[in-house]
Amino acid sequence: MPNLTRRSFGLLAGASAASLAMPHYARAQGKPRAVVIGGGSGGGTAARYLAKDAGEDLDVTLIEANARYTTCYFSNLYLGGFRDFESINHGYERLASNYGITVVNAFADMIDREAQEVVLADGSRVPYDRLVVAPGIDIIYDSVPGYSEEAAQIMPHSWKAGPQTQILKSKLDAIEDGQQIVMVAPPNPYRCPPGPYERVSMFAHVLKNKGYTNSKIIVLDPKPSFSKQALFQEGWEKHYPGMIEWYGPDVHGGIVSVDPATGAVETDLDTFTGSLVNVIPAQKAGMIATKAGLSNDSGFCPIDPYSMRSKMDDKIFVIGDACIAGDMPKSGFSANSQAKVAAMAIRGDLLDARVFPAKYSNTCWSLIDTNDGVKVGAQYAPTDEKIASTSSFVSQTGEDAALRQATYEESIGWYNGITADIFGS
Amino acid sequence: MLRSMPAPSLAGKPVNSSIFTLQTWAHRLSAAGRRLLFGAALMASGQIHATEPGDPAKGEDLYRACKSCHQIGDNARNGVGPHLDGLFGRQAGSLEEFRYSGAMQQKGQDGLVWNEFTIDAYLEKPNAYIPGTRMSYRGMRDPQDRLHVIAYLKALSAAPPAADAAANTDIGAEIGAAAMQLEGDVEYGEYLSTECVTCHQMSGRADGIPSIVGWPNNAFIRALFEYKTNVRSHQVMQNMTVNLGNEEIAALAAYFATLEPQ
Ligand SMILES: Cc1cc2nc3c(=O)[nH]c(=O)nc-3n(C[C@H](O)[C@H](O)[C@H](O)COP(=O)(O)OP(=O)(O)OC[C@H]3O[C@@H](n4cnc5c(N)ncnc54)[C@H](O)[C@@H]3O)c2cc1C
Repeated sequence: MPNLTRRSFGLLAGASAASLAMPHYARAQGKPRAVVIGGGSGGGTAARYLAKDAGEDLDVTLIEANARYTTCYFSNLYLGGFRDFESINHGYERLASNYGITVVNAFADMIDREAQEVVLADGSRVPYDRLVVAPGIDIIYDSVPGYSEEAAQIMPHSWKAGPQTQILKSKLDAIEDGQQIVMVAPPNPYRCPPGPYERVSMFAHVLKNKGYTNSKIIVLDPKPSFSKQALFQEGWEKHYPGMIEWYGPDVHGGIVSVDPATGAVETDLDTFTGSLVNVIPAQKAGMIATKAGLSNDSGFCPIDPYSMRSKMDDKIFVIGDACIAGDMPKSGFSANSQAKVAAMAIRGDLLDARVFPAKYSNTCWSLIDTNDGVKVGAQYAPTDEKIASTSSFVSQTGEDAALRQATYEESIGWYNGITADIFGS
Repeated sequence: MLRSMPAPSLAGKPVNSSIFTLQTWAHRLSAAGRRLLFGAALMASGQIHATEPGDPAKGEDLYRACKSCHQIGDNARNGVGPHLDGLFGRQAGSLEEFRYSGAMQQKGQDGLVWNEFTIDAYLEKPNAYIPGTRMSYRGMRDPQDRLHVIAYLKALSAAPPAADAAANTDIGAEIGAAAMQLEGDVEYGEYLSTECVTCHQMSGRADGIPSIVGWPNNAFIRALFEYKTNVRSHQVMQNMTVNLGNEEIAALAAYFATLEPQ
C-alpha cells in the first residue's frame, strides 16, 4: 500500500479493531460523522439534536462510559425523600432506537486530534469529522488535604450522582438525634452554584421530619457568599430555626484538612466533627478534555462564544461543565442550551444547514422545604469576549406560599421536560 | 337536592380520581349497589363540602381564569382550549375540530362524559384526574367555587357554538398585532423553540409547566406579548421573551402551530 497516509492508516486500524466487537463504527462510509463523548446533560442533548435534525444525512455516535445516567438534578430531592432513586435514572435506549444514534458503552481514553479519532479504553478507534466533548467535571480530590477517592467512600462528595448519592443517602438516614452533619462546600467555579445549599436544606428537612431538632448542620464554606443566599437563609430561618450554621472564610479562617477516620474537619478556627461529613472539593473539566489539550490553566476549556467551538481545535466543540461559558453557570440547563448551539454549528459545517445566531439560557430551581421552591435564571448572548448575560431574574424573599408552591411544581415540569429533551420521549 | 344533604364530616381529602371509575362501573350493578356507589361518589366529590348552591353570577367572576382559553355562549369557538357549548353530556375529547391530548381522547373513548360530577373532579386537579391533559390549569381547590363555576357553565353552555367552530383567527387592534401580520419562518421557529422545550414538553404533556404545542397562531403570539409587556407576570417567561422581536415571536408561533399533541 504505497500511499497510505497516517490518517487512512488510523482509519483502517480502527475499522479492523472495531469490526470484531462493534462492526458499525466505520459503517457509514461517505456520510459525515459526528461523534459525542459523554452522554450527560450536554452530550445527550447534542447527540439527539444532531440525529433528529440531520436525519439520514449524518452518522451520529455517542460514547458514554456508563450504561445508565443518574441526574445530579433532583438527587438532592432524592436525599430529602421527595423522589425515589429509580426516578432520577435514565437509559440510552430511545436515543438508539428512535433517533438511530450509535450508542457505544465505553470509556474514551484519548482523542487523536491529528487523525480525528477517539481512542476507546480497549484501543479501538472511532473516527469523526466533528467531535463534541461533554465529559462534565472531575473532582480534584487533593484540593482538600486529607481527602482522596478512597476517603469519598466514607465522606462522600456526591457531586457526581450515582453510587456516591446512595452512600450519602444511607449515611443521612442513619443519623440519630443530636448527631452532627458537616458539609465542606466547594470553591468557585463548580457545577450547580445553589446545589450545596439546596442539599443542606434537604438534610435539615429529613432531620426535622424525624423530630431530630437536637442535630445540627455545619456548613464550612471557602466562599464569602453563595448563590440565592438571602433566599436560602430566609428559608432556613423559617423552616429549620437553629439547625443550620453557615460559616464563611472570615469566620473559620480556612479549611486545613479532613480526617476520614475520625470524621473531623480542621479549620483555622476550630475542629468540627460530624457523624456525616459531605466534602465537596474543587472541580475541573473531565479528564479526556485536558488529556486532549483542550483546557487551559483554569482546568476548563475555552470556546468560541458564537458556536461553542473549541479555541484549541476547530473540529471540536466543548459544551457543559467542561467549558468556560462566560457568565453562564455550570448547570444541566446550561449544558442543554449550549448543546443546541453546537449541534446547529456542526450541521452548518458538515451539511450546510442554516445557522441562526446563538442564544443561550438557564434557570435553576431549588427546593428549601416541602412546596417551598425558588429559582434563578438568565438569558445570554455571545460577545467577542465571552457568553454574556443579557437579562436575569431571581425569586424574591417574602414571596407567598402559593407562588413558592407553583415554583416547586414548575421544577417538576422542568425535570420532565429536560430529561425528555436529553434522552428522548 | 344534592346540596341540601347534611354534610358528613370527612377527615381526609376527597379522593376524586375514583369517581370516574365508579361511574363507569355503576351501570353494571344492582339498584342497591348503585345507590351505595353513588353515595361514595358524592362524598368523594366537592358537592358535599359546599354549603350554598352554585351561583352563576359568582361563577362568571371565577370563570375569568378560564376565559383566555375557553369560549362559551353564543358563537363560541375553539381557542387554546375547546369551546364549552354543549359541554354537559358531551363525551370527553370529542369535538372534531379541536386537537386534544391523547390522554383526553383516551378518557373519552373509555367512557368519560362531562357532567357536574366529572367536571367538579376535573376542575379540582386537572392533572390528577386526567394525567397527561394539555390543560395547564392548576386546579380550583375550593369546592364552593367549583360549584359556582359549574352553575355558570350550565347556564351558558346551552347556547349554540359558531357554525365554524374552528380556531378563531380574527386580528383586531390588539397586543402583538404586528407579529400576527407576519408570515412566521417555521425553520427559524424550530431553532428558537429549542430554548422552550427544555421546560415545555414537546409531547404536549403539562406537569407544572403549561403545554404549548398545537396552539392557534394568534393565541400563541398574544401570550408571548403579554409576558414581554408584563401584562402576564412570570419571571421565567418575562425573561425569556424580553429579547424576542416580532420576527422571533411570529416564527415561534408558526412552528408550534405545526405540532400535534401526542
Ligand atoms: C447536587 C447537584 C444538583 C444539581 N442540580 C441541578 C439543577 O437543579 N439544575 C441544573 O440545571 N443543574 C443541576 N446540577 C448541575 C448539572 O448536573 C451539571 O451541570 C450537568 O450535568 C452538566 O452536564 P455535562 O453534560 O457537562 O456533564 P454530565 O451531565 O456530568 O455528563 C458527563 C457524562 O460524560 C461521561 N463521561 C465523562 N468522561 C467520559 C469518557 N472519557 N468517556 C466516556 N464517557 C465519559 C460521564 O459518565 C457522564 O455521563 C446539579 C449538580 C449537582 C451535583
